[in-house]
This record gives sequence, C-alpha cells and structure tokens, in this order.
Amino acid sequence: MTDPATLEVQFLADIAAAPDVAALEVVRVAALGKQGTISLLLKSLGGMSPDERRTEGPKLNALRDTVQTALTARRAALEAAELDERLAAEKLDLSLPAPHRRKGYVHPTLQVMDEMISIFAELGFAVAEGPDIEDDFHNFTALNFPPKHPAREMHDTFFFSPDEAGERKLLRTHTSPVQVRAMRSQTPPIRLVSPGRTYRCDSDQTHTPMFHQVEGLVIDKGVHMGHLKWTLETFIARFFETDQVTTRFRPHHFPFTEPSAEMDVRCDRSGGEVRIGQGTDWLEILGCGMVHPNVLRNCGIDPDAYQGFAFGMGVDRLGMLKYGMPDLRDMFASDVRWLAHYGFPAVAVPNPASGLS
Amino acid sequence: MKFTLSWLKEHLDTTADVHAVADAMTMAGLEVEHILDPAAKLKPFSVAKIVEAVQHPNADRLRVCQVDTVDGRKEIVCGAPNARAGLTTIYAPIGAYVPGLGVTLSEKPVRGVVSNGMLCSASELELAAESDGIMELSDGLAVGQPAAELFGAEPVIDFEVTPNRPDWLGVAGIARDLAATGIGRFIDRQPATVPGRFPCPIEIRITAPEACPMFAGRLIRGVKNGASPAWLQARLTAIGLRSINALVDVTNLLCYDRARPLHVYDAAKLTHGFVEARLGAEGDSFLALDGRTYAPTPAMCVIADAGGVLGLGGVMGGEGSGCSADTTDVFVEAALFDPIRTAQTGRDTGILSDAQYRFARGVDSGFVISGLELATQLILDICGGEPSEIRVAGAAPAPPEAFDFDPAYVEGLSGLAVPPERTVEILHTLGFATEPQGQALRVTPPTWRRDVTAKADLVEEIARIVGYDNIPSTPLPTLAPPPGGVLTTRQGRARLARRTLAASGFSESVGWSFVSETAAKLFGGGDARLKLANPMSADLSDMRPSCLPGLIEAAGRNAARGFPDVALFEIGPVFAGPMPNDQRTAITALIAPHGPRRWDGGADADVFTIKAELMALLDLMGVATEKLQLVQSDLPSWWRPGQSARLQLGPKAILAEFGAVHPSVLKALYVAGPVYAFELWLEAVPEPKKKAVRSKPALNLSPFMPLSRDFAFIVDEQRFAGDVARAAASADKALIVEARVFDVYRGPGVPEGSKSVALEVRLQPVERTLTEAEIEQVSTKVVAAVAKACGGQLRA
Repeated sequence: MTDPATLEVQFLADIAAAPDVAALEVVRVAALGKQGTISLLLKSLGGMSPDERRTEGPKLNALRDTVQTALTARRAALEAAELDERLAAEKLDLSLPAPHRRKGYVHPTLQVMDEMISIFAELGFAVAEGPDIEDDFHNFTALNFPPKHPAREMHDTFFFSPDEAGERKLLRTHTSPVQVRAMRSQTPPIRLVSPGRTYRCDSDQTHTPMFHQVEGLVIDKGVHMGHLKWTLETFIARFFETDQVTTRFRPHHFPFTEPSAEMDVRCDRSGGEVRIGQGTDWLEILGCGMVHPNVLRNCGIDPDAYQGFAFGMGVDRLGMLKYGMPDLRDMFASDVRWLAHYGFPAVAVPNPASGLS
Repeated sequence: MKFTLSWLKEHLDTTADVHAVADAMTMAGLEVEHILDPAAKLKPFSVAKIVEAVQHPNADRLRVCQVDTVDGRKEIVCGAPNARAGLTTIYAPIGAYVPGLGVTLSEKPVRGVVSNGMLCSASELELAAESDGIMELSDGLAVGQPAAELFGAEPVIDFEVTPNRPDWLGVAGIARDLAATGIGRFIDRQPATVPGRFPCPIEIRITAPEACPMFAGRLIRGVKNGASPAWLQARLTAIGLRSINALVDVTNLLCYDRARPLHVYDAAKLTHGFVEARLGAEGDSFLALDGRTYAPTPAMCVIADAGGVLGLGGVMGGEGSGCSADTTDVFVEAALFDPIRTAQTGRDTGILSDAQYRFARGVDSGFVISGLELATQLILDICGGEPSEIRVAGAAPAPPEAFDFDPAYVEGLSGLAVPPERTVEILHTLGFATEPQGQALRVTPPTWRRDVTAKADLVEEIARIVGYDNIPSTPLPTLAPPPGGVLTTRQGRARLARRTLAASGFSESVGWSFVSETAAKLFGGGDARLKLANPMSADLSDMRPSCLPGLIEAAGRNAARGFPDVALFEIGPVFAGPMPNDQRTAITALIAPHGPRRWDGGADADVFTIKAELMALLDLMGVATEKLQLVQSDLPSWWRPGQSARLQLGPKAILAEFGAVHPSVLKALYVAGPVYAFELWLEAVPEPKKKAVRSKPALNLSPFMPLSRDFAFIVDEQRFAGDVARAAASADKALIVEARVFDVYRGPGVPEGSKSVALEVRLQPVERTLTEAEIEQVSTKVVAAVAKACGGQLRA
C-alpha cells in the first residue's frame, strides 16, 4: 500500500505541474475519479480492522481533502489565466465609429407655438382649431369686413373657384374664423387661443403665402382693454424670457375690433439685426383690440351683456425675432442643415418649471 | 400720405418740432412710417456767383468758370449752356454727394483742366425732375447761403392712413386730431363764400346718382394760367408732387390740404353747354391725363358731354379738356363719387390717382361747396378772373345720424377713467356735436367721420386721444385652466408624435399646404374643388392630398445640395375636399437612407425601420397594436406594391399606411430611392375611453416563471408570417402571451414554393408551474391552430 504522505507529495506536484484545465482533469481522475488512487484507498478502508481503520481513516481523509483543495485552487488559477488570455485576444478597437444615429429636431415654428400655448394655458386659455379652407362668412362677413374690403380681393386672399351654388371658398387669412366658430357654439365666458396655418398672397423676405398665427379671444362680463394690455404684456415678457421688454400700445384700425390697437416692442435695429429689449426703435409685433359689437352680434352674443378682447400674432415672425432666423422663407424650405441649426431637441418641451427655452 | 411741418402749421398753432408731432401722430393712431429730411441731402450745397466764364481750351461744350463760393474763389469746369459770368447759382464742393447724379465729387481733371467743385442744376439737387442747365438764382442772394435754407427744404412726415380715416388724407384733418391730443390749437379755416358775378353757363346733369350723388361747379372767366407762385410750388414739391400750372396746382393743393379732390376743365373745350355724370357706355373711349386711352365700362362713372367722355369721375381727367397755359376760362368741378365704384374703377383701370385714392375711401360730404369756394378764392388770388355763380346737381347724402352715448362706457370698455367733461371736450375738438341726454349724451358725428356709428367707436376716439399709454394694465381674473389640461386628445397626440419622432431622429418640416398639380395627382389629389383660383405660382396650385409629395421633394432638394440622408416628418393638414370634415391632420414621416457606409457590415434603415417607428408611435397613442390588421393588398398607387401595407381596425377604419414609396413616383418627383415612409391620420386613431380617475388597473404579476417553446412551420410562400404568429398566439389565450417570428427560411429541407417560419411562443403560467403534459397540450393546440389558419405543417 502506498504511503499517503508519498501520495500527497506526488499528487500535489502533478497538480502544480498541470499546464491547463484538461491536464488538471486527468490528475483529478487519477486521484479522485471512481478508479482513482485515493478513491480506491478510501474504498479499501471497508476491509480493514477497526484499529487499522482508526489510524488509516483520518490519514486518507486528510489526503483526499488536501488534494481536493489543491485541485480547486489550481483550477481557479488556470481558469483565471485562460480568461485573461481570451480577453487579451478579444480586444476591440473602440475608436471605430458606432452605428450612425440620425438626430431629429422640432421645427422652431412649432416649438414657438408650444411655447405660446404653454404661456396661455397657464392663463386659462383653451386651444381651439378650425379648418384651413373657409367660407366668406367665417373669414370676413362675421368679422365685420365691409363688402368691398381690399382683403376680399384676389390680390390679398387665396380663393377657390365658385362651387355649384356660386359660393367661393377661400384659404383663411387669419385664425379668427376659429373664434367665430367658437363664439357661435359656446356660451361665455370664453377664453381661448387658436393656433394654425394662415394664408395670404404675398412673398418676400418677411412674407410667405403661408404662415402661422396664434390668435386669442376672451369674452366675459366686464373684460376691458386694461385686461387686454395686462394679458399681452404678461405674455410678451414671458415669451421673450426677460424683464427688459418694453412695449407700447398704439391705436390702429381693424374691422373686427373697436377700439383697435397694435402692440410695439422696443428694440435695437442698428446692427442689421433686431434685438428685443434694447435700443430706441419700436417694432410692431401684434394687432389686438376689443371685439367689435357687430362681431359679437354676428356670433349670437349680446354686446350689451358681454364684451371682450381679441389679439393675433404671427408665430413664425415672433419665432424669428426671438431666435434670430433672418428669412421667413427658410422656415418652409425643409433644409436639413437649417433644421439642425434652428431646430429644438425633442426633450425641450416648453414648460413653466424650467422656462420656455 | 406726406406733409411738411410748415404746412401743418397752417392748420395747427403749435411750437412742437417735427419729432414731437410724429410721436403725437403715432400715439393718436396715425402711424408715421418715417421722417424724411431733405435738408440733410442739401447740406453740402450753397449759393455761388460766376465771376468769369471762358471757353475750355480742349472742349467746345465746356466752360472754365471762376466762381466765388463759400470756400473762396474756385476754378470750376461746367458743361451747362447757361454758365455765364454774373450768374448766381449753386456750388457743390469736392467731397459732396450729388443726389441727382448719385456720385460723390472728386478732384479730377476734365479734359486737362482740374475742376474744384461743381455748379448744379435743380435736377442734380433733386429739386426738379429735369433741368436744362445750372440753377439761375436771384442776384440778391449772398454767396455762401445754404441751399437747404434757400429751398425751404424742411422735414417731410410720411405716414400710413388706415382705411377708416379718409379725413387724415388732408393736412387739416391731421391738425384737428393733433389739436385734440393737446400738442397745439386747431386753426379752423372755413372758406369764405365767393359771390358769383354771373350765372354759370355750363349746365350740370347727373344721370347716374348712384355713382355721382352730387356735382357742383362754376365757371371762372378771364383767368391767366401759368406757373404757380413759389409758395405753392414749394408746398407741392416738398411732398414729391410736380408743379404743373396754377390751376392744376390749386386742385392738388386742396386734395392734400383738405382731402378734397377737384377737377379743372378748360371751358373752351366744353362746347356743348353741359357736363354730365353718367355711367360708361359701349363705345366710350378717352385719352386720360396719363397719356393712355381708356374704354370706360358701365361699371364706371364718367364725366361727359355731347362730344364724348371728358374723364373718369373721381379718378382722372381727360387730356382733351385739361387746362394749359392758354386756358382763359376754367370750369371747376367739386363732386362726390361712390367709394366702392371708384375703388373698383381704380383696380380695373390701374389708375391710382390722388383723387381716386380719396374718393375710394370716402370724401367729406359736407365740404363739397366749401371746397369749391376755397378753390375759387385761390384761383382768383393767383390767376385773377371773374367767377360765375355755383351750380349744383344732386345733393349730398344725409349727414351721419346721432346716437346715444353714456360716457361711463369709456371706462367700461377701455378701463380708462375719463371725466365726462373731458370726454365732451375731446368729442368737440374732433368735430362731434353733443347734446346732454339725462346722464348720457346724444352724439352726432361730423360729416367727415362716417366711420363712427356706435358707442364703441366713441370709446376708441376718447381712448386714443387720452392715450393708450394711460390705460391701466389690469390682471385678467384668474380662471383656473381645465384640470385635465387645455389640449384635446388629438392636440395632445400631435404634440406627443412631434416629440417622439424628433427623439427618434426625424427632423420636423413645415411644408406648404399647396403643391403642384402634378404632385397632387401623383398622390390621389387634383380635385378641381381644391384648386386655387389665384395661386402664387404653378408649383403651389392644389391643396395637398398628403404631406408625402412635399416631404419627398424636400428630400430631393436636400440631396441636390449634397445632403441625401434625410429623415423628416411633418404634422399638418391634408385635404380630401373643400368642406371642414374633408380636412384631416396627417402625421407623415419619411426616411431616405443614405447613411454612412458601415465598417461592420451593418445595414441602414429599411422598411422595417419605418414600421418600427410607426408601431411605437401608435403604441404611445394608446392603440392596441396587436389588434390592428395589416393589409398588404390594394394600397394606393404611390406605394411600392409588395413593400407597403396599411394598418386598420376594419376596412373603413384605416389608421395608417407605410412602406416603400413607388419608384415611378420618386422618379416623377426627381428623387433617387429608396424612400420609406408612413402616413398616420390623427382623426382615425380611436379616442381613449373616458375615465373618471387616473388610477391604473391593479397589477397582477404571476409568481411562476414564464417559459418559451420554439416551433417551425412550413407554410406556402404567399402566407404572411404575421398570420402564422397571430394564429399561434390565439391557440391558448390564457397561457400564451406572445408568439414572435425569429426566423424565416427557404432552401434545402423546405419544399419549393414554401417557407419555414420559426416562432418563439412564450407561455406565462398563472396558477401553478406547468407540467410537461400541460406544455405538450399547449404545443398541440399551437400546431393545430397554425394548421387550421395557415395550412402550416410543423417542420420535422
């Protein structure tokens, strides 16, 4: 019978010399496999006398434990070395480009529209919409345009050919028809803004045949021009995100409001670009006024019981002023370089908590 | 409309300077466009005297002049025929900018002789349209006197008149409003009556009172027409009008001074004893003062006599009856013409005269005779002569009607607290008459303020004169926004789509709502009812049936600039007809994949990329995408057959279409493919169920491990993999949570004309861990379901 001590020396040497996991497995089978030397010795304990067993048992068990521990340790070491080797071999060149991911942007006009809606939402204004193709009544007559007003001419307004009934549809020249529809279908108090596309026969650096408007309407008892002034002053300060904005109201004429006004904002035009909140020039930014009694009557509202104000502004134009786009026509050109430069990231959702922009 | 400060001061006693006047105008509603200061451009010029003028040694036409100037004696070369010794004229030094020539003078030899400045003509100073030589000034003028002083070149205010205020088209009308603002005192210059010495021999007839309700006239005999006096010429030229002759200049003066257009006829040319205001008739034709021949129509008002048309009433007179230097007897017309007809005549003929502009907006019906008296007096003063009595045909329309006005309404509508006395004072200054009516007033507007018809109009009058600046900014009463937010579901979804698509790499485009007819027809449009009668251009003629043509063309334009890789989207209206219900909001996205080549061999976006975006978006909108039917047949013609599909809840409820755009359509739009796109119609997306509370249903998580089993079915090549998966998923609704295709194989082992579709079916036990037998049972159901629905056989 081989001496356990000798066996231990031999197996520990074999374990230490095993160059890889496979060789180590051969050693394990030779030592501790079913027919392994140590396994067979342990089996032989059954044939021994109790005294013999008492002396040999512990020795053999100790031998088994020692070899088992050495095997486990060696296996861990060999596996770690193999992993290191594999990882070293599987090195990647991370300077290679990652797959291309397209970047998208929100159009500045729609971003600005969201900004406006966000401001007015806080003031309690709902959002109303209506069709782009309108009729004469909603676009002109209800709004107190006199029969031969120049806006009703082909050189100002886009018309369609007359239908079988002789009615000539048109593309709305403002979003006021939405207000007409709202007044005719709701009972005051009314507080809403109407954003949307509008159309006029015009094309140059500051005019395009299509543009966007946000108009506002408040109808209630006792609403007067002071409320209009406060609403627009509040809006403009929040829109331009500065306390520096100075505005003024100036009398003007619109068929659908009485009294009517235009709002100017103080600006500096000396450097070829417009800077809001500086300088000594004035720039007209919107039209407004108290809803004309005839308009209220045309919409089924008693002007002696209710009154209110309306205003309208060009979204693209105010966007250009705020964010510095030089040419209105670019807004509709879908040039990806322009969109990337002037567009907004998707997550920049205008909200009162983080500011608009 | 333009005027000068000195002109204004004829009607307004004020010490305000031009800027204060401009500011007061702006705040009263007269929007000043700019203040022109001609003195600025005349600054370098001054009076000089030619001491000696001799022939230029090298040029026949030129003279070399010794000139006494503000800079001392100068040698100046001059080409004017009237450059002679002793002439007092205008000198421009080297460095001066000569506005009429558009050049800055520099010191350079003229045919060998250096000219140390320039002697100027009236046109070179822009004081006249043309001149024959250098200016000839009075010898009494001192050398060095500034030209700006000499020519009375004072600042001109140019402003915009809103259509409601025709009275502002006369300087007197502006003065009246300015007086009300407190900047000065209105000088009311009511014309005196000039008694006629004899009956007017020319009869006046009106046969079209609807076009010309009133026509007054008188003859002035024995006038001496010629150049106007200097003050009159200066007044007209200062605002850019050309002085013609005294008679014509008087009419132009009153046109701008009182917004009262007049016309003067050479009475020698009126040989039939009458003039008549009638409608144009067949065969009418006349040569107008602008040198062009017009054929008046029955829609137009003409002034005529038995010999034919003399002029277009209120628009333009005729060349044949106009006044010239030879005129000795003049017939002066002061009439009223219908605004709408006059506006239409202006548009139809293209004539935009000062008279037409004023009559189209409405002329003071109370100043017809007064205007005629004023013109008479001016003509007598300037040209002499003997006036006839005034003849009048027709009558002025009734003056504006009085109405009740409670001064408290000023504060009620404008928020501006104005004492009633101040209200009355303002109204009076503006020409309104008031009568107390209990607590209220009865107000009669003046004849020149027909725009004022109701109490709100008066509030505007008071508010603009007191000043909008004084309106107190008043917080709007708090009205809490609706608890659910202000956006409708549709608006909220549009916003969601915008942010989602931008986050996925699509850039938002805003395209025109109109496209070319070709583009419209390619996408199912071209309906005659959606064609603009007056498009900006042929490219923008038809309301778009889809956002796709605009986006595809945008992709093409970007490619043409060298940026072919685009992912764009647009959220906007599309039109199926002219009625409000025909308009829908489309969310349209497009990829033209031309991304950078990949070192790892990975592929660029394809039709499944666009499908993934569409599905994700529908899912975000709350659509149960697993319930959607995907139909790949009978897609509209702009989609590529076999590579496009629609998503629907039923044949009438189509939510979206997606796929590759048809190559022929791309070719027609000059865009290189492939282009993948989807179009989703917001209105077609079902509204979510209204819920009283926002809480979500309880979450029931199974404690048991899910497990999955793979299947491969041999199906006919024409079968859709999606149908195989759908059939498998429906085999046991209690246990199967998902059946997903993970491989499609054709080749050895699979019969020709068939394909193998491999599915992973995921089971979620709910009550207990499944036994092998139970799993086997589900597998059997799956195989049976696929066999039944798609004829699929489990692959061996």
